[in-house]
Amino acid sequence: MTTPVLDVKQLAVQIPVTDGILHAVRDVTLTVARGETLCVVGESGCGKSLTSLAVMGLLPGSARRTAAHMRFAGEDLLTVTPRRLRELRGNRMAMIFQEPMTSLNPAWTIGDQLTEPFLRHGKGNRREATDRAVFLLERVGIAAAGRRLGQYPHELSGGLRQRVMIAMALMCGPDLILADEPTTALDVTIQAEILHLLAELQREFGMGLLLVTHDLGIVARVAHRVAVMYAGEVVESGPTVTVFDEPRHPYTRGLIDCIPIPARSRPGVPLGTIPGLVPSLVGGIEGCAFRDRCAFATEPCARPVPVVTGAEGHAWRCILPSAVPSLLENPA
Amino acid sequence: MSDITATPPPMKLRKKRGRILGNSGLILAGTVLGLITLMAIFAPFIAPYDPYLQTLDDRLIPPAFIDAEMADPRYLLGTDNLGRDYLSRLIYGARISLLIGLLTMLVSGVIGTVLGVAAGYFGGRVDTVVSFLITTRLSLPVVMVALAVVAVAGGSLQVVVLVLGLLLWDRFAVVMRSATMQLRNLEYVAAAQAVGCSTPRILVGEILPNLIPALVVVASYEMAQAILLEAALSFLGLGVQPPLPSWGLMVAEAKEVMLFDPWVILLPGLAICVLVLAINMLGDGIRDVTAPEGRS
Amino acid sequence: MLRFTLRRLLLALVVGVAVSAIAFMLLRISGDLAISLAGEDASPADVERIREQYGLNRPIIVQYAEWLWRAVRGDLGRSLFYPESVANLIMSRLPVTLSLAGAGLVIALLISLPLGIIAALKRNTWVDRGALGVAVIGQAMPNFWFGLLMIFFFGLTLGWLPISGSDTWLHFVMPAITLGWFSAPVLMRLTRGGMVEVMTSDYIRTARAKGLPARVVVLKHALRNAIIPVVALCSVQFGNMLSGSVIIETVFALQGIGYLAWEAISRRDFPVVQGILLLVALFYVALTLLADILNAWLDPRIRRG
Repeated sequence: MTTPVLDVKQLAVQIPVTDGILHAVRDVTLTVARGETLCVVGESGCGKSLTSLAVMGLLPGSARRTAAHMRFAGEDLLTVTPRRLRELRGNRMAMIFQEPMTSLNPAWTIGDQLTEPFLRHGKGNRREATDRAVFLLERVGIAAAGRRLGQYPHELSGGLRQRVMIAMALMCGPDLILADEPTTALDVTIQAEILHLLAELQREFGMGLLLVTHDLGIVARVAHRVAVMYAGEVVESGPTVTVFDEPRHPYTRGLIDCIPIPARSRPGVPLGTIPGLVPSLVGGIEGCAFRDRCAFATEPCARPVPVVTGAEGHAWRCILPSAVPSLLENPA
Repeated sequence: MSDITATPPPMKLRKKRGRILGNSGLILAGTVLGLITLMAIFAPFIAPYDPYLQTLDDRLIPPAFIDAEMADPRYLLGTDNLGRDYLSRLIYGARISLLIGLLTMLVSGVIGTVLGVAAGYFGGRVDTVVSFLITTRLSLPVVMVALAVVAVAGGSLQVVVLVLGLLLWDRFAVVMRSATMQLRNLEYVAAAQAVGCSTPRILVGEILPNLIPALVVVASYEMAQAILLEAALSFLGLGVQPPLPSWGLMVAEAKEVMLFDPWVILLPGLAICVLVLAINMLGDGIRDVTAPEGRS
Repeated sequence: MLRFTLRRLLLALVVGVAVSAIAFMLLRISGDLAISLAGEDASPADVERIREQYGLNRPIIVQYAEWLWRAVRGDLGRSLFYPESVANLIMSRLPVTLSLAGAGLVIALLISLPLGIIAALKRNTWVDRGALGVAVIGQAMPNFWFGLLMIFFFGLTLGWLPISGSDTWLHFVMPAITLGWFSAPVLMRLTRGGMVEVMTSDYIRTARAKGLPARVVVLKHALRNAIIPVVALCSVQFGNMLSGSVIIETVFALQGIGYLAWEAISRRDFPVVQGILLLVALFYVALTLLADILNAWLDPRIRRG
């Protein structure tokens, strides 16, 4: 087996806040193989975005990051020099952000910002950079690419700007792309297009893709494997098909029940909901973080829950002995 | 200062007191300013000599910390080139600076606030006219205009106050205008209008009280400006006239002898510096205390 | 952009006319110019003769209209003291003041830009507080006093620099530092504020994600956005320096229009005073116009919007 392009073990991110320390990411272990799409899912504030920022070394200044290791193609990002990290960033690992409207610099043209990583990382001269920029803009579905290069971000719509961001991430032909909810800020119709594009490009260029999202519908369509996060932890991970068919964690089951499926959802029949609130992550959490909201919670759940490993890399953080059944009234 | 905020939200008194006590700059500035004010008010009781009394035998005696041998224990801060006690002149000088600062601030404050509030509240044509006045005023070189007017009208305290007051209202107008605009759009002002309150009543009852924090902050900056400008005018010989002990004038008189007695120039300049610094820090402190989110 | 420029031009024109009226009326409203010219102890007959001679007995509006009509054609009258026309007098002194203000602006930027950027990057550390403290204390000093202290240390005590006159570039060093020192704090605060805001923006994170070195992130991506209001303010500060030159040039006996203004005011040479007031005010109007246009032009969102 070849080395995975990304191999993170026991990542934790702590952020000091006014009334203590926020344990935003706790004991997160995940891997992305070459040419594989891993989706990290969970609700807002579960730490999924911070996980991707932690890998890129782009956490806000006050946040602290620790891990057993965090290897990019075998190289531990925890111990590399800042110089080496800069060589990797934007070159062999690239990131696409959530907010296309504000993620491009308003003062420079699209062309300048696109060619910048290519030139900076010594991939070629200005002409080659421009050629590649035009090629990629066309590839991500932007018409009249040559003309776009001279335009400023404010002259483009949100959807177009996100396509530019994707092209920018691809400029140096990276091994890994981290996409942090790349479609959340966009119109629903454009969301689907952008996601299809990402999945397509991932196959075409054979990159690893770590896609952070809160939408399980997306996961079902594009992910090879999935990691479900809750309250800063990965509660379940494994091949998408296995996780969807036999979820072992009640939270995963809850999320799956929330997906509207045309054959199942009918007017008047409620979708699944997960009652209760996410616990505060300030201070520490003992035992299963989900137990207050869990229909199956028992007394041992208050104690630390070990990770159980099943077939094909399916792993979960729950003491239930079997797959969790759907709680909907009339499952399909 | 573009970072002056207009409307502080209502705040719990205890929290406010905590913020005031937590702001060491504010406490220090307030104390210094208080001491200078007391010194100015009680000058006749504190000053060891008459500030105008010339003792021509005792000219340019240095203070002890400059030259212990030449110093004279009768004159704590030495004497100037006419043999007048420097400490007494400095103490009386505080009166001139504070008086001109306060009066100028009042004159410019009234003009600027009336114009600014009118522009902010009525908008439209009133706003256009006031904005035009502000732009025109900003185009005039303050020091040159003040010098020219004082030269023609004669240098006296009243003239200096009037001229500076008529020149320094622009910041009041700018800040009050934008603050009033914000307030006018708030719900309780709309409510007051809806129940038929008269315009003067809304202005005095609803708008003005909420402008006070911003007003105090601008007032402190303008007072400091006025003090610096008075000193400059007097220094150039076209402000307060001798023998009044204006600090600016004292620097000008000391200029003649600064080669051999540099300390004569040091003391009045330092006095201006400390007073202006205290007023500015007080303004900054008040801004921080009344700012909605405290210090960022 | 064109409409915006035209509208601003129109406003500048109206302000210019208003300013010219004030420059002219100011001296006449402030007191009786004839008495001022003749001296306090002149006989009423002498005063009357002077009033007649300078046309001060005519309605003020007529005097103004005549003066403005001439001024538009570049004729600002004759000096009462120098055997020269006011326009020539001002023109011969203007280069000194413009050089001084230019040098002052450069020095202000050399102080404020690095300090502002570093203070923003090291926000809430002792570096930041130190820079802010220097700015606050610096602004509290009277500028003429600061100038005299410089004269005392670098001129009289150390003998490094000439203390008065405008013959060589060395004569401009201390005046320019003095002017620059007092413009630096406001520029520094604006730079710091802009940089603090910009550094937390999403596009700075994007720039870092591209693997750019800190230098490029700060200077190319952050500063380019934070500097827009600073550039505009520089234009306004240049205008302030022209009007502040009256104090600095007097302290250093630098023969520019500020010194000329002070001389003229002291000698009641009112055609010169009026001329300088008008010129400086018009400069200011033009520079604020320039500031507005620069502001818009430097921001692609406005320029191409």
